[in-house]
Amino acid sequence: MSVPILSTRDLTKTYGRGPDRFDALKGVSLDIDRGDSVAIVGKSGSGKSTLMHLLALLDTPGGGEVHVDGTNAKTLSGRKLNTLRNQMFGFVFQQFFLNHATSVLDNVVLPLKIAGTGARERRARGMAVLEQLELADKARNKAGNLSGGQKQRVVIARALANNPQVLFADEPTGNLDTATGAIVEDILFDLNQNHGITLITVTHDHDLAARFNRRLYIRDGQLITTDEEHAA
Amino acid sequence: MKPLETVTTAIANSFRSKLRTTLTILAIFVGAFTLTITNGLGTGISNYIDSQVAAVGPSNAFTVTKTDASTSPGSGPQKYDPNTRVLAAGGRPGSTQVALNQSDLDTLAAIPGITGVNPVSRLSPAYVQWNSQEKYQLSISPLAGAQPQLAAGAPLDDAGSEPQIVLPSSYITPLGLPGNDQAIGQDVTIGIQDAAGTMHTITARISGVEDNALLGSGGAFANKALTAALTDAQSTGAPAATKNTWTAATATFTPSTKAQINDIKSRLTAAGYTAQTLEDRIGTVKTVINGIIGVLDAFAIIALVAAGFGIVNTLLMSVQERTREIGLMKAMGMGSGSVFALFSTEAAFIGLLGSLIGSAAAIGLGTAISGVLARGPLSDLAGLQILSFAPGSVAGVILLVMIIAFLAGTLPAWRAARQNPIDSLRYE
Ligand SMILES: Nc1ncnc2c1ncn2[C@@H]1O[C@H](COP(=O)(O)OP(=O)(O)O)[C@@H](O)[C@H]1O
Ligand SMILES: [Mg+2]
Repeated sequence: MSVPILSTRDLTKTYGRGPDRFDALKGVSLDIDRGDSVAIVGKSGSGKSTLMHLLALLDTPGGGEVHVDGTNAKTLSGRKLNTLRNQMFGFVFQQFFLNHATSVLDNVVLPLKIAGTGARERRARGMAVLEQLELADKARNKAGNLSGGQKQRVVIARALANNPQVLFADEPTGNLDTATGAIVEDILFDLNQNHGITLITVTHDHDLAARFNRRLYIRDGQLITTDEEHAA
Repeated sequence: MKPLETVTTAIANSFRSKLRTTLTILAIFVGAFTLTITNGLGTGISNYIDSQVAAVGPSNAFTVTKTDASTSPGSGPQKYDPNTRVLAAGGRPGSTQVALNQSDLDTLAAIPGITGVNPVSRLSPAYVQWNSQEKYQLSISPLAGAQPQLAAGAPLDDAGSEPQIVLPSSYITPLGLPGNDQAIGQDVTIGIQDAAGTMHTITARISGVEDNALLGSGGAFANKALTAALTDAQSTGAPAATKNTWTAATATFTPSTKAQINDIKSRLTAAGYTAQTLEDRIGTVKTVINGIIGVLDAFAIIALVAAGFGIVNTLLMSVQERTREIGLMKAMGMGSGSVFALFSTEAAFIGLLGSLIGSAAAIGLGTAISGVLARGPLSDLAGLQILSFAPGSVAGVILLVMIIAFLAGTLPAWRAARQNPIDSLRYE
């Protein structure tokens, strides 16, 4: 069997100190294979976002290890870490984090700008991604003037701009109405099935979770084997 | 991020909060404006002093006199020595000036570093006259090699055989000449008495007209040919001993460093002569002016340091405002170094903008004011441009302001760079 693209061992994360101390993750071990689609399911405050951030190497764990393609993330240099964040991972945050004052295209090509890609290629790549998400006609618009569904698609386009191998999405349909949410879901599954992108999505929507290849249930910072609500 | 991209992004970012950036630029503007003005004042005044000094005499020459022990107070009268000649000299009554003779000139010429020795002849012409009109008294500058600032005409030709003179502009109208430019090439008659009281007349051609000068003696300048002719006429019938004694000599040296000049000077002192360069005689004026300009510069720097805190404040607020954006960029793999570069470039850009506008305004306003002053209140000091801007020192001011701005930007930039991406994104 091939090496998992992401795996963790006894991952812990603690926020705060003294009386404010809070253990958000209490030893999480998991393996995610290349090309898989995984839903992380749990109630609000159970530690889903914390786990995602650690998987995407955006935060440092309190204890335990994250392995990317078999390499312990702790051993990575700052430069290598930045390259991974920039090129291997795409992240769709729980909030949009768009720069409202600049154009949709400028927002989308931000990862390419950081990578040092030339302006011409940046534009071409940005337009291609917007095309893919059916937003090409909005490229010149100010990002602030879009609807929620359009913003979510822009954010996905930005995450895809640098051709990532793994796409993280933190409650991508949480802020959208059902119809718009369904469109965004279809986009994500299309990326997974037809473009080979490993999809890791946080959700507390059980209908959405059911569409994934695998589900990881999390409660109070620990993975549990069964879906408690369905079991209950 | 590519370096060019960093610069363009930083520039774009600095315009995102226009009001705040504008206020910071204004603060820097005041500092840069003041610094450029004081700098221009320094350049203008020292240019003027330099040109005035050149009008008094060459900078690469000593005025040499024989050191006289009697000048030290309490030393009592000097013993009479039949071998030394003394000349009555200006100064306190009873003081004398030991004269230089030919052997002194030879001794001076032999001192290492001295390239030429010329006795200073005190010429006392009686009058100057043009075209048989009114006669006027005339004095002739004793120092050879002076470069007067000319209002018209050309400098004296020391190599030619034609006797030439440069007259102060105040002589032109009284002599009956129609104007400065028309005076050039005219011949004037100079009357000079010899030792026996006989009046000789010598014709000299006007080669130039001198501007009103600050340090000038109000005297005319003669070229070598005219000096020789006047000397000849003045010493007709004088005893040989008088003919060959002089109160002072000019000893020229090749332009050299201050240390070399001091070396030569101490050799002259050891040989029993007192040597003074023009610097020695005029140096104090310069020191005072430099002191005043130094104080003004200090004020400008204080203004700039205050502006520096303005930059710190502006950028700290902008880091605060953009915390999420910084977090997002770091989450997308932007390195801390790039974030630091982005914010410090923004600081340097604000500094550049402020100093460019400040310097440009200072140069524009300063040149205008200087022109008005030169035509109005300062018109008696011809050639004085009170504010003059040297490209080098203006560039220096701009660079200095940018460095101050950059340094002010390092604290906010460092703050931005060390932020943890997730903490920044959570920031409300
Ligand atoms: N920066 C933080 N400081 C303190 N507590 C935090 C911080 N981030 C998250 N937490 C807490 O950790 C727990 C898990 O948070 P999170 O991973 O965001 O949950 P989820 O995404 O599942 O809703 C929550 O109780 C939350 O309050
Ligand atoms: Mg969450």
